[in-house]
Amino acid sequence: MARMTTHNLDARNLLCPMPVIKAQDAVAKLSSGDVLEVTCTDPGAAHDIPAWCRVHGHSVKEIKQGSNELVVIIEVGETDG
Amino acid sequence: MIKQPKAVALVSGGLDSMLAVKVIQEQGIHVEGINFFTGFCVEGHTHAIRKKDSAKPKRNNALWVAEQLGMKLHIVDVIEEYKDVLLNPKHGYGANLNPCLDCKKFMVHKAVEWIEKNGFDFIITGEVMGQRPMSQRKDTMPIVAQESGADDLLLRPLCAKLLPETKPEREGWVKRENLYNFSGRSRKPQMALAEKFGFDDYAQPAGGCCFLTDASYSAKLTDLWRARGDRNYEMDDVMLLKVGRHIRPRDNFKLIIGREEGENNFLSGYKKRFINMHITSHRGPLLLVDGRPDHPDLELAAQILARYSQGRDESEVSVEVTDLEGNVTNMVVKPMPADSILKKWHV
Ligand code: SF4
Repeated sequence: MARMTTHNLDARNLLCPMPVIKAQDAVAKLSSGDVLEVTCTDPGAAHDIPAWCRVHGHSVKEIKQGSNELVVIIEVGETDG
Repeated sequence: MIKQPKAVALVSGGLDSMLAVKVIQEQGIHVEGINFFTGFCVEGHTHAIRKKDSAKPKRNNALWVAEQLGMKLHIVDVIEEYKDVLLNPKHGYGANLNPCLDCKKFMVHKAVEWIEKNGFDFIITGEVMGQRPMSQRKDTMPIVAQESGADDLLLRPLCAKLLPETKPEREGWVKRENLYNFSGRSRKPQMALAEKFGFDDYAQPAGGCCFLTDASYSAKLTDLWRARGDRNYEMDDVMLLKVGRHIRPRDNFKLIIGREEGENNFLSGYKKRFINMHITSHRGPLLLVDGRPDHPDLELAAQILARYSQGRDESEVSVEVTDLEGNVTNMVVKPMPADSILKKWHV
């Protein structure tokens, strides 16, 4: 089994849908089981990134809500290969 | 074994593309969506910025549509490439700065590249003949198909019966008799079909899918280009035109003043890149100065800002000014009377 890795993505100061696009491009480079932590400042990302994950079969493990930013933690699902 | 044909759909987040996808899914085709982000899209942004809108649930309609239909959605950043579409549209503009025909052509062309790369068979859109004055006419719809390079790989399920047969129909991937012949501006046939599919709560964008169809947005963009003597633009320009009150008292500078807390917070993210001002003696908005103001200009700016503060009826208010190097100075000014802020200054 491939080793799972955790990656960080800085999507601060980007407005939706840019954080989603960045997350999408980052996930495309990862493998199933990898974790991506996306840090965002646009509160809309807390809605849009999970919606994007649902349609692509990835799961959101947690959303950490800070006062000025939030971190969306994604576990990459089955990738198209 | 016959492989299941695959189509990619241009998805804006409105009802029409949602219906088009469903019609094709019903015929056993695998459909995925693609949504192009030009920077001018109505989606997201201003809702995220303006506080008063924050009570409404925020959602990205294109993603919402994808979820309803159980399909994947790929969102593609085309900000840079889109500049040439907006600045040099071969077929010109619509009622405002919307280059709809070239825009459609560009997006379909991007979709052609996408299907080639991803092994898909054809492209669908939710276009309805005669619905939009520029890009969805009987004479312009074939132009989009030809000039995008999609030719007969472009299928418009909602009005396919009014157009020549396409490859997916010829090959028997989709049945022409199960496609539609919608035309004109009436939304009734779409609503009826939505009801048949059990869709509700879908988005109904009024003008078009982007800010370029908006007269006041287009006026601000025209003003920006004229004042700079150059039509190039950055993403930040595009964003800032969506936010705040824009006032140009002189040709050499423009003021952007937040209208409420959400906008002030958003504008404060740009403080390092603009001369900015706020009122220290009273509550008031944040102001960014775009352009090359001299000292009297800044004083004028401070007087205007004071008019939009709680100190508007005082004889003097204190204003803190931060320049581009981060140097802070203070001014005391008399708020400008409302009728001295000329109507024509409002961009
Ligand atoms: S409304 Fe905007 S996004 Fe839609 S076709 Fe016209 S220019 Fe393109």
